[in-house]
Amino acid sequence: MTDVARARSLPARRLGYRRRWRHLDKSLFLWLVLIAVLAVLVINPLARLLWVSVQHADTGALTLENYAVAYGRWRYLEALVNSLVIGLSVAVVCTLFGVPMAWAVSRTDMPGKGLVWAAILGTFIVPSYLGAVAWILLAGPNAGWLNRAYMWLTGSAAGPFNIYSMPGLVLIIAAYSFPYMFVFTRSALDLISSEMEDAAQTLGAGVLRTTLRITLPLTLPAILGGVIVVFLEAIALFGAPALIALPGRFQVITTTLWQFFEFPPRVQVAAAYSMPLLAITVALFWLQRRLTARKGYVALTGKGGERRPLRLGPWRWPMLGYCLLVTSLSFFLPMVVVLQAAFAKAWGRGFALDNLTLANLRFVLVDQPLTKAATLHTFVYGGTASLIALTLALAIAYIVQRRLVPFGNALSFLAMAPFVIPGIVLAIGFYAAYTTPPLMIYGTAWILILAFATRFLPIAYANSDAAIRSINPELEDAVRILGGRRLLAIRRVVVPLLKRGLAGAFILVSIPATRELSAAIFLYTTGTQVLSVLLFDKSDEGNFEILASIGLILVVITVSLVMAGFRLVGRDFMLRRTSA
Amino acid sequence: MSKLVLSNVSRTFGSVTAVDDFSLALEQGEFVSLLGPSGCGKTTTLRMIAGFLDPTRGTIEMDGEVISAPGSSLPPEKRKMSMIFQSYAIWPNMTVADNVAFGLQVRRLPRADIQARVEQILDVVQMRHLRDRYPAELSGGQQQRVALARAIVVQPAVLLLDEPLSNLDANLREEMRYEIRRLHDEFHITTVYVTHDQAEAMVTSDRIAVMNEGRVEQVDAPRALYARPRTRFVAGFIGRTNFLDGEVRDGAVVFDRFAIALEQFEEAGALSGRVSFSLRPQSIGLLRRPPAAASGSSVVRGRILQRAYLGEHWDYAVRPDESALSLRVTAPPHEVFEVGETVWLELDPRQMAHIR
Repeated sequence: MTDVARARSLPARRLGYRRRWRHLDKSLFLWLVLIAVLAVLVINPLARLLWVSVQHADTGALTLENYAVAYGRWRYLEALVNSLVIGLSVAVVCTLFGVPMAWAVSRTDMPGKGLVWAAILGTFIVPSYLGAVAWILLAGPNAGWLNRAYMWLTGSAAGPFNIYSMPGLVLIIAAYSFPYMFVFTRSALDLISSEMEDAAQTLGAGVLRTTLRITLPLTLPAILGGVIVVFLEAIALFGAPALIALPGRFQVITTTLWQFFEFPPRVQVAAAYSMPLLAITVALFWLQRRLTARKGYVALTGKGGERRPLRLGPWRWPMLGYCLLVTSLSFFLPMVVVLQAAFAKAWGRGFALDNLTLANLRFVLVDQPLTKAATLHTFVYGGTASLIALTLALAIAYIVQRRLVPFGNALSFLAMAPFVIPGIVLAIGFYAAYTTPPLMIYGTAWILILAFATRFLPIAYANSDAAIRSINPELEDAVRILGGRRLLAIRRVVVPLLKRGLAGAFILVSIPATRELSAAIFLYTTGTQVLSVLLFDKSDEGNFEILASIGLILVVITVSLVMAGFRLVGRDFMLRRTSA
Repeated sequence: MSKLVLSNVSRTFGSVTAVDDFSLALEQGEFVSLLGPSGCGKTTTLRMIAGFLDPTRGTIEMDGEVISAPGSSLPPEKRKMSMIFQSYAIWPNMTVADNVAFGLQVRRLPRADIQARVEQILDVVQMRHLRDRYPAELSGGQQQRVALARAIVVQPAVLLLDEPLSNLDANLREEMRYEIRRLHDEFHITTVYVTHDQAEAMVTSDRIAVMNEGRVEQVDAPRALYARPRTRFVAGFIGRTNFLDGEVRDGAVVFDRFAIALEQFEEAGALSGRVSFSLRPQSIGLLRRPPAAASGSSVVRGRILQRAYLGEHWDYAVRPDESALSLRVTAPPHEVFEVGETVWLELDPRQMAHIR
């Protein structure tokens, strides 16, 4: 005990700066740099967006004039109303499409479930702007396939369908948003055990009554969550509305924003005009979080219990018919016409052997320098953006999980924040932030890459966070106590263990990054086009064979990424954390 | 000079005090266990020694240099220690040999040296034949041996073990206790061992620090700790015991319906007022009739209340006449008494530990 006595007699010496420096874990500086990068990437565009919205275009003085301009014309207000109408209509249509299909696939003995599921995955793979191109081919006035079929069948002089209309736009957006509804509802239904339905049936309720009174109410929070997500998707979408609404002579929020950017760009007015979109998105995501966080619905947290499919009897076939009808609208018909157009000398000449050609694809991939470059850009920008997003997300998730800094919660909030910023709003923020010195990167590829990286950072973060959680911190402690620094622990232990998961996350980020349109369209310049932008640009020329070819290339890129993901991570990887 | 000195170390998490004014000094080559129930702060103490946590008060010194102080601690990687974790923390992406070689590679030893030392230590833990296996292909006990080899091969200044045996089954656990002590006798590494299992601590340690609610109750060699517990907690935590509460009155210690002369106690001078003693069940003699002559022990008449035969010994509960006490007594298998039988209890005051 004498040693303890001696130790006690020593006063705790003042810590010299040298010892503090020696004791300091130097990797802290790296973490601080990465935190700064995150803060700049997410906060700067948003702060600049808010700032320019109250700034005078010429003098830079504080003003509310931009808001007066943005909301001072009936035309602009009408666009806001149109967006809300479209959003609500899309939500209704998606519910009608997605919920019965989810119920049929999850709870019944409907045949052909595999086919239906494959078609829904296929729908995920088609970008909605390509869907819009396909639907112009299908239901364009007079020339569209459906109109021609109608005329041929009835002998009348004009077809009934006009895709360049509000209902047409609603149909297209719904066809490419309902998969979210399907996935949300299905995962809720998958958690309901048959016992709950049995309980109702033993009390004398029939299948219909059980479904309506027991099953549906239990899935209601998931359905409401789905409604919110598809509503937000619909009002923030740029591609499909631009392809449909502009020729149809009506406006929505996103197309109006686009027009503010026509030369000379009025970024101040655009910023002011984007505020409702931002506010609605933030508010609804907050609401969705509240809905799913409520504990009232115990069934959704439960597991186990036997699950038996409900017998539909003769109704099995009509149910399958309905599922195939919906997926025809979203997947089968559009893919057929896109393929036909991509390989046709003239798409209007129909399905004939002498109409087949590889010239369109050749033109896009080989002959035309612009499209060739765009294909390359799509890969390089998408890949680089994914790499940046994933690296940053992994580092931030690590910092938060290992409590390397005291303000971890704020960091994970920042990393997830872009999730509630519509791409188009983020693009305006980037434009506002990076067209002026000191960070003048507008006109280079970097503004696109950084915008993509920021936009899809939440996907990377959610995946990285889950991956880091799966690693026992003692594995890193063991490296450190044996003399290895934290960075060595990350390099030798953390990264090797996460390899597969990170590859999956990389693919999940690259898929949307290679087809992103709504941010790219505001940020590209001559020389930095990507395929999605090119597809949109070329839509003016009415050369649908080329449009279809570009679209086909995008689809092929996505499919190969998905296949790589399947191979690396397993079949359900598309469903892992594509949203928070 | 002591190898490792903890001086008045405290650690709080928010409003919870995990470790409270902990002081301990380890000599070079000493093996000390931190023993206590879960939540007593022993792992927190170990993680402070390792450098994963800063103390909120007090300092930790190694070889006379302060390595931990509030707000500034030498990072773990600079402490030249090694540690064995509850989960073993064997890296699943490396083979057995790679795991063991890691610490040597970090120390930039020549390749040939690394190879030789890895082979040698794998021989010591009898794992050489499995050197190219991955951890997933090993049993729990084998993983444990890899963890031991990995920690020892670097010849650490201090070896830390955090409940290393708690995930093993009972037989293996008993075997590994002796293995750990054998390795200590071979390499003489200064060791701090955290456990909640008193048998583990007794087998492995030179000294045991018993902890309770963040504080050290007693630090002593295993035998002393058992024979001379100084607090009620230690007496109850290490082995089983009887507590006897009494009062010093008229030259005797008066218990419930019986008394023992004060002069028979070893520390008679220190006793006054209310006093408590711990008396182990095997330190009580059971006699069929009263002894002929006084032998320095006190004899109390009582009756058998309960009994249980446990194979290795008998477990009796005995009530002294007219007393409310029930004393546990263990006796060899051949000393058979019936429930209700009258017996004489032989209480030896020299074996009664005075506790606070």
